[in-house]
Amino acid sequence: MAKRIDGRITVLLEPLMHPLVPVFDLPFRDGYVWSITYVSLYVSLVAVTLSTLVSIPVAVVMAFSQFPGKQFVKSVVNSGMGFPSVVVGLAVLFVVSNQGPLGSMNLVFTREAMIISQFVLATPPITAISLASISGVNGRVRDAAHALGGTRLDVALVVLKEARYGIATAILAGFGRAISEVGSVLIVGGNITSADGISKTRTLTTAIQLEARQGQYETAMILGTILLALVLVINVIVIRFGDQGVSR
Amino acid sequence: MSPEYTGHGKPTRRRFLPMVGAGAVVITAGCGQLGDEIDKPSVAGETLTLTTTTSTYDTGLLDELHLDFEDLYGVSVDAVAQGTGAALESARNGDSDVVMVHARGLEDEFMHNGYGVNRRDLMFNDFVIVGPETDPAGVAGVDSATDALAAIAETGATFVSRGDNSGTHTKERNLWEAAETDPGGDWYQETGSGMGAALNIANQQGAYTLSDRGTYLSRRSNLALAVLVQGPIEDGPAILANPYGVIAVNPAIHDNANYDLAMAYIGWLTSPDVQDAIASYEQNGAQLFYPQALSADPNFKQYVPEGWRNESTDE
Repeated sequence: MAKRIDGRITVLLEPLMHPLVPVFDLPFRDGYVWSITYVSLYVSLVAVTLSTLVSIPVAVVMAFSQFPGKQFVKSVVNSGMGFPSVVVGLAVLFVVSNQGPLGSMNLVFTREAMIISQFVLATPPITAISLASISGVNGRVRDAAHALGGTRLDVALVVLKEARYGIATAILAGFGRAISEVGSVLIVGGNITSADGISKTRTLTTAIQLEARQGQYETAMILGTILLALVLVINVIVIRFGDQGVSR
Repeated sequence: MSPEYTGHGKPTRRRFLPMVGAGAVVITAGCGQLGDEIDKPSVAGETLTLTTTTSTYDTGLLDELHLDFEDLYGVSVDAVAQGTGAALESARNGDSDVVMVHARGLEDEFMHNGYGVNRRDLMFNDFVIVGPETDPAGVAGVDSATDALAAIAETGATFVSRGDNSGTHTKERNLWEAAETDPGGDWYQETGSGMGAALNIANQQGAYTLSDRGTYLSRRSNLALAVLVQGPIEDGPAILANPYGVIAVNPAIHDNANYDLAMAYIGWLTSPDVQDAIASYEQNGAQLFYPQALSADPNFKQYVPEGWRNESTDE
């Protein structure tokens, strides 16, 4: 599979940059690129899905209700967008390490630990941007829904529908944060492949870090290109999804 | 692919005894759990977590060796490349089962504190001092590594330090100490990065650095850096030796450590066949590691911290 992927890259770029072709004579083993791409996607998508399931209800509750300390919660969420990922990685490591509170679950150096840290990183941006877009829905939409006899749930659904484009942006922002993240997944995941080169906890980002550590900047660059392409494709898919909703 | 585990050549009695020891460890490794599956090793399906250094991992040696171990025992080995300091810290926290590192001082401390048991010498290579061909500090061919470093400090020629508490960084600090020089100032740059990256930085700045020979050899074609002070493999000073040790995590401290499998791994790594495999591992036509586990002569120092005396354990 990876061979086919690499083959396609070569075919695509060969006419453009002939002198660079030796660069594509990659030292990657069969299945290596495919498996790190899979781990990247798996960890980030699971983490972002969980984050979304938590974030959107939180954003809806915060947008539709008043409670003491709301402003404080808001500022916590907003500053959460700036959590440095290595600090989150350290905190998660302390929690999942065998000496930590979840130590008995043996989570350190697993994908689950990586999902936990990406969840912590992705939830604040998804919550904050969703909240902003929900709050930004014109008040008259709410009033109209109320006037037509909608329940609170109906009103919320109407507003969510209006805000869907902003929510899609929120999810993309969370996904972007998760998949491009290197510091925390390196700490809690350990950047592990099995001896035959199939990734266990190595992602595209930690693989790039590994190549750069060895001074192999060319191969790092190729993995970086794959990562960029992946992010681009997912953005296009999500945004087209949102557009279709609008045109219907 | 898999080496023959039968022929050991003609073992002498002295050579045979450590082999019996290693074999006994392997045989008894799974005894606690024998029962349900007779034909499979009882450790089958388990995972061994090894924290190790970037220099063993990045050379590709471990992947090459581990395929055979995984086949033989039906297990998987999770190798986490962290640098010696971090690798030992992970083991202290009970997050790994076995460590393979190269800083004897740190290994000794680890064992003194009770976190590690059954240390074995595994293999060695050496460090070299590399620098630009122009050699502004004039260290080429200097017999003493410490004199060379002192000359670099005196002329204020740029020196790139790993600065990451790795085995190489530890060696470098020991060398500065031995040279009675306290490095600092504009010429001394800590990069906090791995060996390959540090070599690139030194290359771009025309700076000196201390490198393990393996990483230097594997990167040599991209570097304008020359070996100016050789290590003991090329008859350089013994202080530049780079020995690797392997230590099991003490199961009396961390009861979740997979001690059985860790000891099977250590026994396997130090067996004659795998020691041969280490010796024949090459990159760019150069041997990277020299096996050190087996010797006809007694080598008790590998089991206990250096300078250990009975009265120092009275706590």
